[in-house]
Amino acid sequence: MEMVKVTIDGVQVEVPKGSTVLEAAKAANIDIPTLCYLKGINEIGACRMCLVEVKGARALQASCVYPVSDGMEVKTNTPAVREARRVNLELILSNHDRNCLTCVRNQNCELQELSQKLGVDSIRFEGESINYSVDDFSPSIVRDPNKCILCRRCVSVCRNVQGIGVIGANDRGFNTIVSPVFDMSLNEVPCINCGQCILACPVGALKEKDDTQKVWDALNNPELCVLVQTAPAVRVALGEEFGMEMGTIVKGKMVAALRRLGFDKVYDTDFAADLTIMEEGTELLDRIENGGKLPLITSCSPGWIKYCEHYYPEFLDNLSTCKSPHEMMGALLKSYFAEKNNMDPSKIFVVSIMPCTAKKFEAQRPELSAAGYPDVDVVLTTRELARMIKEAGIDFVRLPDEEFDPLFGDSTGAAVIFGATGGVMEAALRTVAEIVTGKSLENVEIADVRGIDGVKEAEIALGDITIRAAVAHGTANAKALLEKVKSGEKEYHFIEVMGCPGGCVNGGGQPIVSAKEHMDVDPRLARAAAIYQEDRNLPIRKSHENPSVKRIYDEFLGQPNSHKAHELLHTHYVPRKKY
Amino acid sequence: MATSVLANDSQKFAELQKVIAQYKEQEGALMPILHRAQEIYGYLPLDVQNYIAEELGIPLTDIYGVATFYSQFTLKPKGKYTIGICMGTACYVKGAQKVLDKLQEVLNIGVGDTTDDGKFTLDATRCLGACGLAPVMMINDQVYGRLSPDDIEGIISKYKDE
Repeated sequence: MEMVKVTIDGVQVEVPKGSTVLEAAKAANIDIPTLCYLKGINEIGACRMCLVEVKGARALQASCVYPVSDGMEVKTNTPAVREARRVNLELILSNHDRNCLTCVRNQNCELQELSQKLGVDSIRFEGESINYSVDDFSPSIVRDPNKCILCRRCVSVCRNVQGIGVIGANDRGFNTIVSPVFDMSLNEVPCINCGQCILACPVGALKEKDDTQKVWDALNNPELCVLVQTAPAVRVALGEEFGMEMGTIVKGKMVAALRRLGFDKVYDTDFAADLTIMEEGTELLDRIENGGKLPLITSCSPGWIKYCEHYYPEFLDNLSTCKSPHEMMGALLKSYFAEKNNMDPSKIFVVSIMPCTAKKFEAQRPELSAAGYPDVDVVLTTRELARMIKEAGIDFVRLPDEEFDPLFGDSTGAAVIFGATGGVMEAALRTVAEIVTGKSLENVEIADVRGIDGVKEAEIALGDITIRAAVAHGTANAKALLEKVKSGEKEYHFIEVMGCPGGCVNGGGQPIVSAKEHMDVDPRLARAAAIYQEDRNLPIRKSHENPSVKRIYDEFLGQPNSHKAHELLHTHYVPRKKY
Repeated sequence: MATSVLANDSQKFAELQKVIAQYKEQEGALMPILHRAQEIYGYLPLDVQNYIAEELGIPLTDIYGVATFYSQFTLKPKGKYTIGICMGTACYVKGAQKVLDKLQEVLNIGVGDTTDDGKFTLDATRCLGACGLAPVMMINDQVYGRLSPDDIEGIISKYKDE
């Protein structure tokens, strides 16, 4: 790599050619303030917070987009720089809904942090202020334009990373607003509810629909049996909300906290992930052997499902009919669990703790109510669970480790890897390989489908057949892959798609990582590393070896893809219009 | 896929298709296409913008962002009669605001809006250059001068009955 020498505030650093001044400053241990910058996603130099003096340049330059050159001299802390940054910040604040105390992002807000850092101690410019209505019609995402600072990070992630673009910067000047077209709600446009916009937002202009009160009410209702389940990706991220390092596995503390919150049983969506492998693996083999529709495409990610319904309805028959794992769990809790415990399913309240905002929408789909009631009553994101734990005064970090409740809390390493891109594929191949070859698989780790390349491919020879597999994460990557399948350029048997980049570990319901942290660490990798560690920690690493899954088939479901399994665990999809 | 506005007039739709085909492959195709689309339809409704988005393979928000940025584009259809009430200085001091209030009351729409029957669009304009007749308004090409609020009902009813 070609290196260049740059002097920043008198400190000489050597950085790769093509770096920005912002990156070079970081190498010199100088933290330049930013607002609109989000590494790899939004690098547009719009907010003017990162201004610096570059020797020879005619004006102050935005360091996030200014490339270094050999011998360049930069000053980041002159009176002119400080004054310019501060006035820009004060102008942004003049028109901002400054109700920090009641804001969901209080103490986790990049604007608030900058105000403190830059020493803003009064509001100098009390001008006209905007007053828009809050868009809370979507079951997943709430949009509050009064908090928006027009940084366009959400616009970039939606348009470029996800390939969707349902929000844009509209109108002009003082009236500029980041919104869907024609004053529509997010609920009326082809938004897939992935929540990547929430992760990108530096302030509280985009947030999840908070459903915690519904859960408090259920927990307080003596007539209800309140059951909770947690997705694999939650256990590798929840700790961040309590100051723990990214990639810390907090499964045991999470279970302990849920029990202390008062849930009657604490179950693991991983059990249902193992079940998904049984159902989906069987479906795959059936389609291959009997000339069914191929490629089979996974259906665990409700963001991806809604994307497919809006943008690629021609692939709906390719989707696995399997419900997503937490919906399977809900269906079993309101049927098998209800029967076993002699309960009316109407008295069972199922809460799913998910890394996902799209699952809030999914839970409301009318077709997902096998026992005559919604399979899942409320979906909370990782962030909402953290809020409940804090509100309850539970000292999370010091909690002892506890175990999930038996049967629906039993799972394997194959299930936990559902949380990272490629995980469902790897888990499925572990099981399918053994079913097809009849031999025990020695090395269960399939490196080809791991990592964060946008599209990954693998060929697995299983006796007479070679399974061609592909994995995509983030819907823009899915789009690129589907176009190749459509044109006939690529042929596969099995495709895994996750709606979010990196898979569920980086889901829209996960703890928010600031732009500054993003410069040091990639949550897609750090959290996935914990996921794969947890897989190695577990004694059983193949779904079909989960004894509790076997028991459910023996006692209740019969065989995978049986009539009963279809009734409870499978679903269908509907084409949706765009506008 | 032709939706309502597009399906209602196959001649206009054919024209729009021709315009898109003409510019599609060029860089910066969006502005000329939007200009021509507005000429064809008189405004840029959702269906038209959505069709252009599909044809160009870009998100609708890209188009809507441009259509709302430039003031020469309009998202609302203009009525058969565009009423321009002059809010220039001379008209204003001669009571144009009261005439405008009356127009809003009679038409039951705000400035920039169009009546539901598609007949009238109400605009507040700058000086029309007929200060001697202040306060002045124009309905399409017809000038009405020395107005008082009491005149409005009668003038509007003439057009209503047409």
